Amino acid sequence: MKRIDTSGMSCPQPVLMTKKALEENPEGLDIIVDNKTARGNVDRFLKNAGYKVTIREQDDTYLIEARK
Amino acid sequence: MKDKKGIIIAGGMVGIIAVLLVYFGNPANMGFCIACFLRDTAGGLGLHRADVVQYIRPEIIGLVLGAFLFALKNKEFKSRGGSSPFTRFVLGIVMMIGALIFLGCPLRMILRIAGGDLNALLGLAGFVSGIYVGVLFLNKGFSLKRSYNISKIEGYIFPALNVGVLLLLLLAPAFIFFSEKGPGSMHAPLWLSLAGGLIVGALAQKTRMCTAGGTRDLILFKDTYLLSGFIAILVFALLGNLAFGFFKIGFADQPVAHTDGLWNFLGMVLVGWAAVLLGGCPLRQLILSAEGNTDSVITVMGLLVGAALAHNFGLASSAAGVTSNGKIAALICFVFLGLVSYLNSEDLVKKGSISLTKANAK
Repeated sequence: MKRIDTSGMSCPQPVLMTKKALEENPEGLDIIVDNKTARGNVDRFLKNAGYKVTIREQDDTYLIEARK
Repeated sequence: MKDKKGIIIAGGMVGIIAVLLVYFGNPANMGFCIACFLRDTAGGLGLHRADVVQYIRPEIIGLVLGAFLFALKNKEFKSRGGSSPFTRFVLGIVMMIGALIFLGCPLRMILRIAGGDLNALLGLAGFVSGIYVGVLFLNKGFSLKRSYNISKIEGYIFPALNVGVLLLLLLAPAFIFFSEKGPGSMHAPLWLSLAGGLIVGALAQKTRMCTAGGTRDLILFKDTYLLSGFIAILVFALLGNLAFGFFKIGFADQPVAHTDGLWNFLGMVLVGWAAVLLGGCPLRQLILSAEGNTDSVITVMGLLVGAALAHNFGLASSAAGVTSNGKIAALICFVFLGLVSYLNSEDLVKKGSISLTKANAK
């Protein structure tokens, strides 16, 4: 699964990066975010777009897995 | 709807607290105004000498400390920085100049509409237009680039500085200015202002409330989360104003406002556009500053310096109207926003005729 890293990006960049990457990989995506605001925003965007979302916390970052 | 409950309640409380602060002494339709209050604080500290707008506003200190404590409690405090800091500083100046041409930040724009000030509807139209322009660049790859984790101490300095400013307000040494007339002399009792700020700071931290983010996310992602907070502030402030008899509909004779529609519009275009480039409105920048985001601290410093410049150079409007210096400054700000937007948009610079990178050098 394609993975993008949005660490250090402030909102709305993580959501924009997710949106762009999904256009090329509509089947699913792994997204790394490094703050709760981005986690919440990306999660909400993915759910609104109809994806199933799993979030794993690793140290200071979150791995968000989006699947059709 | 369920996930929006939090931000709707928070927005409602912001609207009501804003009206209460006016009831207890703040200028009309100015329960909260991040731009006006930073401007007053700049005056209180003597950074400008406009004697009608000098008062260290406890609301600002409360917002910062409320958000800081809540971020600590939720383990969301994190020192970071390094995302185009000086660009952000100047964007802060631009955002303040736009706000002081209109006479209010986006939060006060909502409160002005809720008070029946129809001039603020033109401000709203400008604000939405500015956000739309900013979003066009976001869609072309605009970014101020990433931030980095930095020394923990760095993030604590801004909240600590606010405690220091609170002490200056309480001890009132001779070098601190207090307006004796005008909007700066009108304020709710210190502790009420501080408490109002603390509550709203905590709520805004928790919900990520942002007046610019609402329209931005609606256009970008068809997401209405932040917009529901915006609407809740408007509705509850309107109800509060009706209940207290503060609602007065019309264009003329509105408190701390002018009737120059074009410049009400253009001032807020600057604010909306700059807010999108910065990733948040003045309120959001203050809250992020309190969470350890030093890029936002730099932005707030830009707002503060922008306020001092606006009064020292006669750029700020007043009830009498917009100034010629203000109009010239606004035009310069538009050129700056255009350049910053263009040059930081990956898709435009790559495809365009100019290249700022060494990519062409083989």
